[in-house]
Amino acid sequence: MKPSPMQQPFRTAVLILVWGWLLFLVLAPNLLVVGASVMSRDPARFLSLPLNLDAYRQLLDPLYLEVFLHSLYMAVMTTLACLLVGYPFAWALSRVGKQRQVLLVFLLIVPFWTNSLVRTYALKLILATNGLLNNALLALGWIDEPMKLLYTEGAVIIGLVYLLLPFMILPLYSVFDDLREELLMASHDLGAGRWATFAHVIVPLTLPGVLAGVMLVLLPAMGLFFVPDILGGSRNLLVGNVIKNQFLDARNWPFGAAASILLTLAMAFLLFAHKLSKRRLGEEGGA
Amino acid sequence: MNKTLLSLHHLSKEFDGKTVLDSLDLEIYDGEFITLLGPSGCGKTTLLRLMAGFEQPDAGTITLSGVDLTHTPPERRPLNTVFQHYALFPHMSVFDNVAYGLKMEKRPKDEIRQRVREALAMVQLEDYANRRPHQLSGGQQQRVAIARAVVKRPKVLLLDEPLSALDYKLRRTMQVELKRLQRELGITFVFVTHDQEEALSMSDRVVVLKDGRIQQLGTPREVYERPANLFTARFVGETNFFPGTVTAVGENELRVDVLGLARTLRKPTFAVAEGQRLHVLLRPEDIRVLDPADADGLPGKIVERNYKGSTLDSVIHLADGTEVLASEFFDEDDPAFDYRLGEPVKVSWVDGWEWLLPEEVDPTPAEDRTVEA
Repeated sequence: MKPSPMQQPFRTAVLILVWGWLLFLVLAPNLLVVGASVMSRDPARFLSLPLNLDAYRQLLDPLYLEVFLHSLYMAVMTTLACLLVGYPFAWALSRVGKQRQVLLVFLLIVPFWTNSLVRTYALKLILATNGLLNNALLALGWIDEPMKLLYTEGAVIIGLVYLLLPFMILPLYSVFDDLREELLMASHDLGAGRWATFAHVIVPLTLPGVLAGVMLVLLPAMGLFFVPDILGGSRNLLVGNVIKNQFLDARNWPFGAAASILLTLAMAFLLFAHKLSKRRLGEEGGA
Repeated sequence: MNKTLLSLHHLSKEFDGKTVLDSLDLEIYDGEFITLLGPSGCGKTTLLRLMAGFEQPDAGTITLSGVDLTHTPPERRPLNTVFQHYALFPHMSVFDNVAYGLKMEKRPKDEIRQRVREALAMVQLEDYANRRPHQLSGGQQQRVAIARAVVKRPKVLLLDEPLSALDYKLRRTMQVELKRLQRELGITFVFVTHDQEEALSMSDRVVVLKDGRIQQLGTPREVYERPANLFTARFVGETNFFPGTVTAVGENELRVDVLGLARTLRKPTFAVAEGQRLHVLLRPEDIRVLDPADADGLPGKIVERNYKGSTLDSVIHLADGTEVLASEFFDEDDPAFDYRLGEPVKVSWVDGWEWLLPEEVDPTPAEDRTVEA
């Protein structure tokens, strides 16, 4: 159908807006980051020529490699914890009555209304040595002296799980919601027990949701620098902290840019895997 | 023949305090095509789910060839189901869908391949083994669902309104196909539908259900020609109800007054007494539309005529407002056979073609009494 003359200018305006947005606010900054990553460090002007790959070489430095691996480890633990809690939660959520579902999803979204920085400080008050949790456990007589919870790796992971869990649950909820009861009944009917049904029907059909959730949790879990800043002390750094420090403290922009490109590439890889898993289910997904 | 295969005994089921099945008994014979027919909410799907094992009865037992299955989980019952929306696994190919049940039985690979191929050939889909369900049409998906269920060689195949999602023409084709499959496989089919035409044309026996109780159990012919009660008469096919009053009771016949018309009718199996009120039931095709000058019949006038190809269906209003539906075959000797709207006619029938039912305690509202055109 040919657009009417009235629609044409509107259409053009919308397209210009969208493309302009993508070009100037997405593509250009990313190109700048790529550019910065191949330039040299300059204490005065931040960046200078000549172009080289020193920043990428520095990523392989054992010192930083260790930080990255530790960050990856904490992110993976966070993701696993989110998956372990989120998967059964999303499953149960999709099986309760429609009205209760709406309420529960609403409750899941409510925390987003408070700034995550504020919520992380709240968590600090709970986990502190003289905090709510320790005092409550002491009062109950379950422990004799306060536990050291704050400024540990565990505290960082708890903080990350707390902030990121909804991002795991929501995509999982969406795939479980699409999973029709009839398919599970068909599996049982054809002789599959609970485990076989889980392995052959439920897992493959919820895999796109798992990957989407992993994507939304794993990468932010490497980047949310304020969580270790508040809860982790100096030893539990994330890649996000490294990037932030390179830009703000160490003044090594090429290295900071290279580290953030590493994260972007990891994201691209996960997106690709997600797309593949969706294609395997066919265009209609759960239908 | 008529050896009981599946026996349902005193089955009861409630959902949220609402009785869905009320102490229901049913014997299903080996190799028969039996249909559970009823309006939505009559309990037919629940009954099927109890047989499949997806629901547990509150009371009663289900036995298959003498073995109690009541609390056996669905995966261990030698029954398979064809679901209303097919329930094909979207992440598997047609082949893997059909092979699923055999893989669960841990059959050798060669045997699985052989049997899946046979099952797909049976439903004429051998060339589609590598397709995904979403690449198939509704009718093809339906056939995959059937192949997936029969490849397990179940004792009983349960079909939950399997044709309801198909268009009319495809539905007719699949009816013939299902009937053929059932004959070839010799498997007992339990078929659930709310479509009385489907039930009559496919089944060896029909179970008419309402409110969790069996209203009638019989061959399609019995159910259609000798309905056990007003519900069955209304639900299965279209029916004209005439009020009748018994004026005399004879040895084998009754004198009945039908809207002022005195007729001699065959004595029914239920007890009748003089003065008793009856329903005289006549199917539209048993109605004779006569010339207004005819001595016999009830006077009325044509209010609607529908040309149906092989028949002419007309609606006639009698003098007292009763609506009568008549379905007449074309008379080949009379090419001009037709009515004008408003044309006066008389309505009659051949004695003995009627079916009598006693007045029921719980009569339906008056506006329901006329036939839906």
